[in-house]
Amino acid sequence: MQWEIVIGLETHAQLSTQSKIFSGAATAYGAAPNSQACAVDIALPGVLPVFNRVAAEKAVKFGLAVGARINRRSVFERKNYFYPDLPKGYQITQLELPIVAEGGKLRIRVGDYEKDIRITRAHMEEDAGKSLHEDFHGMTGIDLNRAGTPLVEIVTEPDMRSSAEAVAYAKVLHSLVRWIGICDGNMQEGSFRCDANVSVRPKGTETLGTRCEIKNLNSFKFMEKAIDYEVRRQIEILEDGGRIVQETRLYDPDRDETRSMRSKEEANDYRYFPDPDLLPLVVDEAFIDRARATLPELPQAMCERFIRDYALPAYDAGLLTVARELAAYFEDVVRAVGDALTPSPLPQTGEGDGDAARLNGMAKLVANWLMGDLSAQLNKDGLEIVASPISAAQLAGLLKRIMDGTISGKIAKEVFAAMWAGEGEADAIIEAKGLKQVSDSGAIEKIVDEIIAANPAQVAEYRGGKEKVFGFFVGLSMKASKGKANPAQLNDILKKKLAS
Amino acid sequence: MLNASLKQLSGLLAGKKVSSVELTQTFLKRIAELNPALNAFITVDEDKSLAQARAADALLATGNAGPLAGIAIAQKDIFCADGWRTTCGSKMLHNFIAPYDAHVIEQFNRAGAVNLGKTNMDEFAMGSSNETSYFGKVKNPWDLNAVPGGSSGGSAAAVAARLCPAATGTDTGGSIRQPAALTGITGIKPTYGVVSRYGMIAFASSLDQAGPMAKSAEDCALLLNTMAGFDPRDSTSLEREKEDYARDLNQPLAGLKIGLPKEFFAEGLSADVAKAVEEALAEYRKLGAQTVEVSLPNSKLAVPVYYVLAPAEASSNLARFDGVRYGYRAPEYGDLVDMYQKTRAQGFGAEVKRRIMIGSYVLSAGYYDAYYLKAQKLRRLIAQDFTDAFKQCDVIIGPTAPTTAFNLGEKSDDPVSMYLSDIYTIAVNLAGLPGMSVPAGFGANGRPVGFQVIGNYFSEAKMLNVAHQYQLATDWHTRMPQGI
Repeated sequence: MQWEIVIGLETHAQLSTQSKIFSGAATAYGAAPNSQACAVDIALPGVLPVFNRVAAEKAVKFGLAVGARINRRSVFERKNYFYPDLPKGYQITQLELPIVAEGGKLRIRVGDYEKDIRITRAHMEEDAGKSLHEDFHGMTGIDLNRAGTPLVEIVTEPDMRSSAEAVAYAKVLHSLVRWIGICDGNMQEGSFRCDANVSVRPKGTETLGTRCEIKNLNSFKFMEKAIDYEVRRQIEILEDGGRIVQETRLYDPDRDETRSMRSKEEANDYRYFPDPDLLPLVVDEAFIDRARATLPELPQAMCERFIRDYALPAYDAGLLTVARELAAYFEDVVRAVGDALTPSPLPQTGEGDGDAARLNGMAKLVANWLMGDLSAQLNKDGLEIVASPISAAQLAGLLKRIMDGTISGKIAKEVFAAMWAGEGEADAIIEAKGLKQVSDSGAIEKIVDEIIAANPAQVAEYRGGKEKVFGFFVGLSMKASKGKANPAQLNDILKKKLAS
Repeated sequence: MLNASLKQLSGLLAGKKVSSVELTQTFLKRIAELNPALNAFITVDEDKSLAQARAADALLATGNAGPLAGIAIAQKDIFCADGWRTTCGSKMLHNFIAPYDAHVIEQFNRAGAVNLGKTNMDEFAMGSSNETSYFGKVKNPWDLNAVPGGSSGGSAAAVAARLCPAATGTDTGGSIRQPAALTGITGIKPTYGVVSRYGMIAFASSLDQAGPMAKSAEDCALLLNTMAGFDPRDSTSLEREKEDYARDLNQPLAGLKIGLPKEFFAEGLSADVAKAVEEALAEYRKLGAQTVEVSLPNSKLAVPVYYVLAPAEASSNLARFDGVRYGYRAPEYGDLVDMYQKTRAQGFGAEVKRRIMIGSYVLSAGYYDAYYLKAQKLRRLIAQDFTDAFKQCDVIIGPTAPTTAFNLGEKSDDPVSMYLSDIYTIAVNLAGLPGMSVPAGFGANGRPVGFQVIGNYFSEAKMLNVAHQYQLATDWHTRMPQGI
């Protein structure tokens, strides 16, 4: 039988606020255990929650970014259950009326197709603390620093049909929350965590199969492997005539398998009810407008613009718009190189449209450098684009010299390495190292004459019809010029001399 | 000094006729003498109180002290007070030393008042007789065989027996007014949101409200001036301009329209209470007020609605008492679940457990709509009844409780009969309205009777005026139990 995979994702993104969602304690990661847990966070008798409105601003920004309806009135509810790292015995969350309602969607690209994933809702809630089972000699330690950290839980419709689509969605979402500045996206620190609801059904049927929720997917790689494992497990059970039990399963990356955590029957009755300590959260038009005003151009719109305005391949545009900082770096370089060229290919205000063809060629060059040498170096040194030792202006300084023929692409790599090592600006390095491309035909002719004179046997072979030997002459001549000969010119001169 | 009003005490302190240390010692001595019989206090800490009294004397010496500076106030043991054991009447918190001040405590400290000690109460404020306290029953100073009412029974008994000049209480379904009535003192539960709940251990968050318990309406006004005020730490605290609750005390009552809810003067009201309330109404007519019959048709639903909503909130509010971070933990247990079960089974008393079970039940899947949601809808109807009634009158007056104080143990085994002793007070909490109890004489058994004044939202000053004018014309509130 052919099976169809159905996946919905629930993502917890930590809202990047200074203080917690219902207390004034700091949210910074990595402090000594319980040093960032105030009276409210440890739920002393008599304390009360006070909502941090910055969390609402960030949640509303998310809702607007995905095009969802914003609930003007949303309600905090209590989800009651006992656990040692849940100090109040309940979690404050939103159930019936979440701040972000239906209507949102995110576009993903997998291979050669695109698809919209619908977002059902997104609600605000507080995180729990952490139970530490190691180092306490058979006891459990409780760290409440994380208790009360603001989260937004983003829930999709069951719209994904493969682990690849699920990962693509998670990556687009991850990129978006960082892009709009509501979450730092740090998966190691738990700022961005996904649970996947996975089921399978016979291809062509409509009814959803029984689902299992997989928790603890804290990397894209694990997500893919966990879903693939879970799909295989479910199909095997069904093909053996068994039934899927609705349950929560935990992914174990060490053994690459999911295992049962608790079944539906064992699930808590959370006894939700509206939190009487908190008034309904009302956001008015002005609040929403202010949130909208702080939204930057969104990645999907920017990606489309890059394809349109710079004639970049969709693949390049997609990569460049993964992070806002990278996209900004790209545009900074394009602008700086364009300004330096005469005439500038950039669209000039009031004076025509610029030179689209030259602009596009240059943009592609910039894109290649960003996705190639720059990314490689950043990865190698474990740096983010904002920490790049070569600024956009500095890289533009280098690329200008390729554009104007001062150096070849090959020499540029050498200059780039020197710049990375902190040896200065591109022009200074080219000057100091004498890397300027030789475009003086007299000088190139002199080199070529010497090479031809020194290698009569090869000249004879070439002239005898063995054209492959041409490369031998190019190599020798380039070497003799220390790589500085203008390659196109060298080719022309060699051809002419060898032919005569 | 025992019978002096707060205003008189304030005058004595300001005029250096007495120091705060002397005043505090006087009451500490009286507590030492009478508390063994009454059990009104859970914690007394002479050193702490006297240190505050010395600081108050220094403040008084500057001449810049407010009206409550140097006056010793007993605090219901539901308010966290920094450095004080704060038990909420429960074994669960028998060893809990609060590391911070409740808003109410902070307000009194700022005013230079002295904390005279923490008063006994029903466990987690759940009870109407003060018999559910882990720290033992409180006795009614008018008759040691009688209950003082609850849950603020310790505060009520302490004020009635003059163990303190005044005290604080909290009222979720009548816990200030009913004990005030049963011990012959004056107490007011303000409009929900007037006094911050920060640091007040929660029972039912949407109903809990703190208020003063004192000998007179005038004293209550002075205390409420200190207790009330916006507090950003409580999201249900109302942001309103500070008001002087004593401003209207001396307004004449001519033309006042008093609404008498016919449902409050019906079956279930004992004859002696009815008689005392009728006499009080006659006094009001003498003062120029008119009475008009009003109806609160849904008031019969108040008790059942309350016993769905309050336990629901309580079941969640009390979840934090799990033995993990503070308070009682069972000495022996197996795994985590066993620790929870033993801790809560041993740490909570029977009434608290009963309400946690009711509350968990009404919130559980499949029952939520039928109980919790329906009760919320009825709550709105009950509030609407009052809104309609206040179109016909300025204040509502009726009995505070259906009977005078009952005997200790009389209703301990019959929770429903116990719940019905709050039949006239509960609707006021459900509506979020202010209500107060005023002494109106004594019943057939010589135990006090109180009548209840219910006002519209934020009409505390008017209610205090209504009570004060009555107290100018009568002396019930000055009566003091003898021979404890």
